[in-house]
Amino acid sequence: MSFEIPADRRYRESHEWASESDGQVTIGISDFAQDELGDVVFVELPEVGDAIEQDENFGVIESIKAVSDLYAPVGGEVTAINEDLFDAPELVNDDPYGEGWMLELALDDDAELDDLLDAETYEAQVA
Amino acid sequence: MSLNAPPLRDVHEERGANFTEFGGWEMPVEFDSIRAEHEAVREDVGIFDVSHMGQLEISGPDGCELLDGLTSNDVARLDPGDSQYSTITAEDGTIIDDTVVYRLPDRDGDRVYLFVPNAGSDEATADRFRTHRDEWDLDATVSNETNEYGMVAVQGPEAPDAVAEAADDARTIDTLNRFEATAVPFDGVECWTARTGYTGEDGFELIFPAEESETIWGSFADTCQPCGLGARDTLRLEAGLLLSGQDFHPEENPRTPYEAGIGFTVSLDTDFVGRDALAEQHETGVTEKIVGFALEERGIARHGHEVVADDETIGTVTSGTMSPTLDRAIGLAYVPVEYADPGTEISVRVRGRTKKAKVEPIPFIDTV
Repeated sequence: MSFEIPADRRYRESHEWASESDGQVTIGISDFAQDELGDVVFVELPEVGDAIEQDENFGVIESIKAVSDLYAPVGGEVTAINEDLFDAPELVNDDPYGEGWMLELALDDDAELDDLLDAETYEAQVA
Repeated sequence: MSLNAPPLRDVHEERGANFTEFGGWEMPVEFDSIRAEHEAVREDVGIFDVSHMGQLEISGPDGCELLDGLTSNDVARLDPGDSQYSTITAEDGTIIDDTVVYRLPDRDGDRVYLFVPNAGSDEATADRFRTHRDEWDLDATVSNETNEYGMVAVQGPEAPDAVAEAADDARTIDTLNRFEATAVPFDGVECWTARTGYTGEDGFELIFPAEESETIWGSFADTCQPCGLGARDTLRLEAGLLLSGQDFHPEENPRTPYEAGIGFTVSLDTDFVGRDALAEQHETGVTEKIVGFALEERGIARHGHEVVADDETIGTVTSGTMSPTLDRAIGLAYVPVEYADPGTEISVRVRGRTKKAKVEPIPFIDTV
């Protein structure tokens, strides 16, 4: 099975993605990750204003069959969370790179983005 | 440890199944999505490969006596074609395993029984039966047929139609009542066909020679959603049905049938291993029992999470999931009887956070 892996963002080995624009980073999980999890039924996210460090466990995602921790690809202050996921966690399955986004951070350090995998490298990892 | 693979392993893989280890078997956990498979069984019809379940045959002049002495229900009352849910209990009355006992047609003038222990416990159960047979000096043959037979479950409101359509003689299916079984050919393969299942829905379980597995699976390929163990777990939990090794475990969580809410499997009129302990508990009553609960806050309770009330840990969740039918987080837990009434407010500690929950009647849904 092939998975959608957009080239306009970067990836953590643990399958979270980060998309940066003007110092704001949006975070979610990859198409591969949502497929592995199966039907997502619950997402636990931090609160707006929380400070999160790179690689920190920032939340939990649960499918019917599994529970997984979520890890921050980069650090920063949480500026928005996707509250739609509380009522419709299946958005993560339906649109992991769009409506299934999880949070936005005000990026602490641009250099942290360089620690992440580009789409090609990530694709090789999940192939 | 090498895993047993069901005869249909390759067929499932071609169909896109993901696999998991269960009771020493490599079984499909999901074909399409647990939710889709779950909904198919609640609203239409699905088929499960349950070839990992054990099959033990007891025959010979004293076969009935042996089975009666080691299972909690009354085997002697079964006529050929009848089946019953039962437990195998230890001396202290706790459940070693649960099982369905079928009485097959007589052979050579003797009664023949087939029973279906849970995955991975077939050999230990066969040993237990042989040991007691020898100790009690009974003339009975205990035969472990697990690898000789395949087994599928066709479940859902449309299961009777699907099974009748696939059967070589549809009339036999129409006349089969709940917990009745008979031999029915499907595409020329004779299957021991029982109106039983583990989903809370109407349905059938078919047992057949393992080498015919592809023929039988193929008979339902066009009409039934293939389902894996993931949907089997959410379906059985909504129906309040116990999972062996999880909702009771002979070492980690030994429970009697009364505590586990399946006291109806105990016939105190018969003499079996564990009977006296159960008679005593029946007299005095249980101090803890299994209850259903639903979370009232966002989150999902899982196996092992603590149940809390009045600032004290009062129990442990044995099964928990998000119910696809109810769209609520539900579970099973053992609690002191004073907390067991439906409506009682309890809490569950989910990864360090205490979530409000309420005791609910089981089953969580209407079942057949």
